Amino acid sequence: MSVRRLAPKEVQPESFAFTAENLVWAEKTIAKYPAGRQASAVIPLLMRAQEQAGGWVSEPAMRYVGDMLGMAPIRVYEIATFYTQFQLQPVGRKAHIQVCGTTPCMLKGAGDLMKVCKRRINAEPFHLSENGDFSWEEVECAGTCTNAPMIQVWKDVYEDLTSEDLDKILDAFERGEKPTSGPQNGRITSAPVTGLRVLTSPELYDGSMVGQGAGLALAREAIAARANGETAPPAPPPAAAAAAPPAPPKSDPAPAAPPPAKAVEAAGSADSEKPAKPVAPPPGEKASD
Amino acid sequence: MAKIIVDDIELDVPPEYTLLQACEAAGAEIPRFCFHERLSIAGNCRMCLVEVKGGPPKPTASCAMNVRDLRPGPNGEPPVVLTKSPMVKKAREGVMEFLLINHPLDCPICDQGGECDLQDQAMAYGVDTSRYAENKRAVEDKYIGPLIKTSMTRCIQCTRCVRFTTEVAGVAELGAIGRGEDMEITTYLEAALSSELQGNVADLCPVGALTQRPYAFHARPWELVKTESVDVMDAVGSNIRVDTRGREVMRVLPRLNEDVNEEWISDKTRYIWDGLKTQRLDRAYVRVGGKLKPASWPEAFAAIAEKVKGVPGNRIGGLVGDLASVEETFALKSLLTALGSANIDCRQDGTKLDPSLGRASYLFNAGIAGIEQADALLIIGSDPRREASVLNSRIRKRWLQGNFPIGLIGEHVDLTYPYDYLGAGSDTLVDLVGSGTFAETLKNAQHPLILIGQGALSRPDGAAVLALAARLAVAVGAVKDGWNGFSVLHTAASRVGALDLGAVPGEGDLDAVAMTNPGGVDVLFALGADEIDIAPGAFVVYIGTHGDRGAHRADVILPGAAYTEKSGTYVNTEGRAQLANRAAFPPGEAREDWAVLRALSDVIGKRLPFDSLSELRAALYKGHPHLARIEHVVPADPAAVLALANAGGTPASAPFKAAVTEFYLTNPIARASAVMAECSALAHSRLAAAAE
Repeated sequence: MSVRRLAPKEVQPESFAFTAENLVWAEKTIAKYPAGRQASAVIPLLMRAQEQAGGWVSEPAMRYVGDMLGMAPIRVYEIATFYTQFQLQPVGRKAHIQVCGTTPCMLKGAGDLMKVCKRRINAEPFHLSENGDFSWEEVECAGTCTNAPMIQVWKDVYEDLTSEDLDKILDAFERGEKPTSGPQNGRITSAPVTGLRVLTSPELYDGSMVGQGAGLALAREAIAARANGETAPPAPPPAAAAAAPPAPPKSDPAPAAPPPAKAVEAAGSADSEKPAKPVAPPPGEKASD
Repeated sequence: MAKIIVDDIELDVPPEYTLLQACEAAGAEIPRFCFHERLSIAGNCRMCLVEVKGGPPKPTASCAMNVRDLRPGPNGEPPVVLTKSPMVKKAREGVMEFLLINHPLDCPICDQGGECDLQDQAMAYGVDTSRYAENKRAVEDKYIGPLIKTSMTRCIQCTRCVRFTTEVAGVAELGAIGRGEDMEITTYLEAALSSELQGNVADLCPVGALTQRPYAFHARPWELVKTESVDVMDAVGSNIRVDTRGREVMRVLPRLNEDVNEEWISDKTRYIWDGLKTQRLDRAYVRVGGKLKPASWPEAFAAIAEKVKGVPGNRIGGLVGDLASVEETFALKSLLTALGSANIDCRQDGTKLDPSLGRASYLFNAGIAGIEQADALLIIGSDPRREASVLNSRIRKRWLQGNFPIGLIGEHVDLTYPYDYLGAGSDTLVDLVGSGTFAETLKNAQHPLILIGQGALSRPDGAAVLALAARLAVAVGAVKDGWNGFSVLHTAASRVGALDLGAVPGEGDLDAVAMTNPGGVDVLFALGADEIDIAPGAFVVYIGTHGDRGAHRADVILPGAAYTEKSGTYVNTEGRAQLANRAAFPPGEAREDWAVLRALSDVIGKRLPFDSLSELRAALYKGHPHLARIEHVVPADPAAVLALANAGGTPASAPFKAAVTEFYLTNPIARASAVMAECSALAHSRLAAAAE
């Protein structure tokens, strides 16, 4: 943490106003709060102002939002300086790289990513690169610890990064492209890098088990027994209960959906063979660390 | 009432009390920085930690917990609070150590030194060493105006100043930016504060972060002599403490008086003191050949005696200025009576108040503290923010409590609280007496308050406006048993006292306007009358303190004493007689005004019948016993308002004009003050910027 100040006067724009589209959105957002509590909308509005202005909140934007909400400018200023998610200085035109530096990412190599940023963008965070296209900062946990280390650019996260990945991502932004977000090592969301390990039987997903569960048979028996006048239905034998795979709840339509065959296949093999290695995604994998 | 045990003392307190209040009721002392009785609770300094039995096993911030939130013991025993336990001691030491981590050890060069809460509490509750060897945080100083000096490294982030400006002063201009260790107090883009009450943040600041800029490095609190006195900058009569070193007034601080100013004073009251040292009249002057020449007292008196000789009484007049005490007004009136003149007027601004209509016709009958009882307010021709800033903060305080509709007739000004703007002038008032939604609001209120400013009364048809306001007050039920909401807000400190003495011309005598018009009178005694232009012709004897408008016009100047240099009674707008005490001596040959008049009377041959202030007061109290009841309000008979309501008269339809246009420059002392001049210039530039 350091003292956060407004950008110097020279870089502040003359004025700020929402685009027509954002104005409609802002009015809707303000209407979400009860009368007299419009000031509660200050954070979403500031965020939208930041997005519209290319990633930073200028002084005119603060006054504009304050006027819109009937707040004194100092109150908006307090909020904008309190939350580090609001950038008070201009950020890179093409990308503002937010490198997570909290423990899991730090352990998984966030330091290497910051080295890349220092080399390619600027030795200091919050400073623009020479051509003004990039800037970077270290942020606290952005919530994808499973896929550490990660960076966030605008609203997208890039996970499972190596220095080389980051270089590629920066190259892509440099060219004006938008690199594919998400894990960069080929895994799907935060699934295990070693592939799926549970709920892998194909019949779980082909509908063949619907209404066939052993547990269901037991329940039917118990209902029949109660109907016959027995007060205490015998507890199902523990062995049978343990052996019976749990029937999927009827209300849940998920199992009926066809599973991605490839994943099931891969996972199936992973399940059978204990040494987990063979299905691991190959390049840049650092699991052995 | 809820039972609670504080340090083995069982007591009953209201359940809404905070633990801190309950502990104080039990006689325990709780240290605090952020907590202040008149501000909202922040709970961020943690200095007021106490141990609560049955609560969570950690110290509790006593300012932020209510008595009703505590659970009783297992058998219904009252909750137990400990303020002297080892846990509390350790907690206080820990908090103090944290506070001192970043607080600089610059007490020797800090203006707060000697009257610093942090210093005192570190002595009382802290430990003698620090375990912190790292560098301290440093914070850039902020510019927040010409009155408050900042040393932000010293700030402990109690946010009292932020809460004061937002809640009491009503200007949301100070704020805390950043977070954690980097939190800083500043105004938006370091603009100057615009409040008339901003000086109070220096009093509220528990450390030396906000100090008084004009006083910076001038004096140490232990070398100052403190004199309790009363302010004369407006008619509120704020209670003040005048701190002097030798002959010099070093500063003015507020004194607590719940009925008048609570513990706030306006900036004019606080920073006027440099005006007491400049432009002073320290010897007598006589105009010789069109130029004022220094003279001795006998020469000046002789010049006056020669001029007065042979002039008939009805060609002599007297004007009472806005800063005159009751005593000197009484002396002047006695002198004029002795000279056979009834031409005396204390109403330089031409206001149409008349003591013959009864005392209730010119007092703030509801009382300043009574504002808090009111449940509807109509302001007629007044800008209380400029005319009586402290009183305005009382109105704002009442407004913050809710259910307080406010209407205003007059100039559309920013009063720091919203109001219904009803209209600009007397036409609106005429309409309101008949009907109107705001009249209904006033009628439905239990304690409606009608505030009439001098802007509505200091015009030719002022008497009709006053009668109309009284008619409205009676019509809406503002005058009844136990409540008199008909309230006149004065702007001059001397006015109510002078009206009480009857310092106005009788039927057929000359009033202020007539006296100052060409050919009005031959000899005019102007007792600190600086707010009126005197036409050429009259021989003007000016008794006053500053080389201001009045002195420039004078033919003889007799140097008098300012309010800090004499003992004098002042009656505030609600009719409360208060005593201003002498804190310093008048400069040079200047003397107390009553003594000047007494000496002059001897030379003229009309010796006044008192040789000392106590003899003067004895005579004064004989005729006006209510003035002897210092610090008390003798309520006025509301029958006067009822009688006034029956008086006829239709006011001309002209908008009401504000009585105070230049808040910082309303009297000769303020006009001599460099600090006030700077504030005034700043206010003008702000107005100009707003107009663009």
